[in-house]
Amino acid sequence: MYTFSNRLKIGSLILMALGLVGMGIGFVSAPSTVEEAKAMVAAHDDGHGGGHEEAAHEASGAAAHADEAHGTDHDEHLLHQLQNRPWSATYVALFFFFMISLGVLAFYGVQRASQAGWSPMLFRVMEGITAWLVPGGILLFVFLVLSVLHMNHLFVWMDADTVAHDELLQGKAGYLNPTFFLIRAAIYLGGWIGYREISRRLSLAQDASDDNSNFVKNFRWSAAFLVFYLVSESMMSWDWIMSLDPHWFSTLFGWYVFASMFVSGITVIAMVTIYLKSRGYLPDVNDSHIHDLAKFMFGISIFWTYLWFSQFMLIWYANIPEEVTYYVTRIENYSLPFWGMVAMNFIFPLLVLMNSDYKRLNWFVIMAGIVVLMGHYLDVFNMVMPATVGDQWYIGIPEISAVLFFGGAFMFWVFRALTKAPLQPTRNPYIEESRQFHY
Amino acid sequence: MASKVIHAYYNDDDVLMQAVKKVKAARHHIEEVYCPFPVHGLDKAMGLAPTRIAITSFMYGCLGLTVAIVMMNFIMIQDWPQDIGGKPSFSYLENMPAFMPIMFEMTVFFAAHLMVITFYLRSRLWPFKEAENPDVRSTDDHFIMEVEVHGNESDLTALLMETGAVEINSLEK
Repeated sequence: MYTFSNRLKIGSLILMALGLVGMGIGFVSAPSTVEEAKAMVAAHDDGHGGGHEEAAHEASGAAAHADEAHGTDHDEHLLHQLQNRPWSATYVALFFFFMISLGVLAFYGVQRASQAGWSPMLFRVMEGITAWLVPGGILLFVFLVLSVLHMNHLFVWMDADTVAHDELLQGKAGYLNPTFFLIRAAIYLGGWIGYREISRRLSLAQDASDDNSNFVKNFRWSAAFLVFYLVSESMMSWDWIMSLDPHWFSTLFGWYVFASMFVSGITVIAMVTIYLKSRGYLPDVNDSHIHDLAKFMFGISIFWTYLWFSQFMLIWYANIPEEVTYYVTRIENYSLPFWGMVAMNFIFPLLVLMNSDYKRLNWFVIMAGIVVLMGHYLDVFNMVMPATVGDQWYIGIPEISAVLFFGGAFMFWVFRALTKAPLQPTRNPYIEESRQFHY
Repeated sequence: MASKVIHAYYNDDDVLMQAVKKVKAARHHIEEVYCPFPVHGLDKAMGLAPTRIAITSFMYGCLGLTVAIVMMNFIMIQDWPQDIGGKPSFSYLENMPAFMPIMFEMTVFFAAHLMVITFYLRSRLWPFKEAENPDVRSTDDHFIMEVEVHGNESDLTALLMETGAVEINSLEK
């Protein structure tokens, strides 16, 4: 049995406390009037030297105001962007850690449904990480409810006034309306959390039983879950992320988000496993298991790039105005995170994880994993921020604090869940194959 | 001088793996193992030097990437620039997204094909080549381990029998 080390527990609590304070500062320092917002930007612009006017106008939601007088419209838009910043920062971090858990759940489901022989040794680790789905999912749902209640302006289509002036949004109102939005969110979350709990229970029951019936049931649940997940994950990405830019759409967006969550999830499995091994747990996990996880990190990083580029190239080539705005805002206003993300998520893992021997060096996998995780945080950042704060982005106190808070909470919850059951399954029919696994 | 070798036959890859380890531990020299299919980890167990084919593959990939860049630059930019979809091709960099799939495909194409050809050359395989394996059963369901005999032959035979060989032949080579 794993015992939650005090240092880790205190560390995660400190992260949470620091994060909470920082997030509080972020919310308190957001401007409440147009004058304050203008003053903040004026002070900020001294360092940068103007140039934001045009670009801010291009951010989504601007189209809705096109008929109004430009001056006040722009100032109010600016105010909303600055008010959105702490909310967006929270949302990005919240979604990022939730998606890690969800990615691990999908990976776990695949291992179960394919009856993989190498991975059962890691099932408890995966189950520990997916434990975060429950608190993370509840927090996300609360966040979405607050958005529906107009506590923030992240989702412009939730604003009845905006929709009244926007024919495109009126056309989408049958799907993009607050009630249906929340019902869908509840269905996704219910399905994922439900599968997680059922599978975890069967997994523990399998260790205690003397036949394989729980294992077979788990296989069936996992296969059914994967079907549900493929559809619900895609719809979730439209709802929770793509609808931030409600005029824009991309048909492979669901896959793109999936690739990001899959690779982040696998990276976290590798990191937690290596950490536990370094503390003397999981004695039967060998370098070949780590090697396989690192191969997945390498492979899915390239898969992510493939989708990133496919989405980009088609839109770039077709050059249709309502589609290219998405990339124009990102390339003009988010140059550093946008290209930095490609370097961290593609070029870095491609070069660093290509060598077979490096994938067996545990510290090396940890270092590569940290960069991959930061890269995928930036990916979510690039997906959310341009639509909500426009060119008023900065990775400062609100963003870092939100990562600290949810990172700390994630760590606390995951390692607490790991203490609940023995770290190595004992009666999984493939456990011996997993123990003997070698490359 | 003709050397004497023993051919030990096995009919299971796991038994073979164990046998290779035991024979190596007894400090005998394994000349060669003939297998009907690749056995994972056999090269490490036999103590063969790690393959360098991956390095050649990387170099071929770089070559393919270079060929793609030079080729597309000549065809689309220098020789016959066109205006496709409102994107006049006067600069390689500005039109690069369109060339990306070609760059990728050529990298893969060069890496894969040249690696296979290198492998054939290095293994001295070419069309109409006479098979080198001593027994046709090694292409079906038997694994053959070829061990050089130094000193006591009966000891070696006994050791090989003990490791689970199903048949043992000794021959001059």
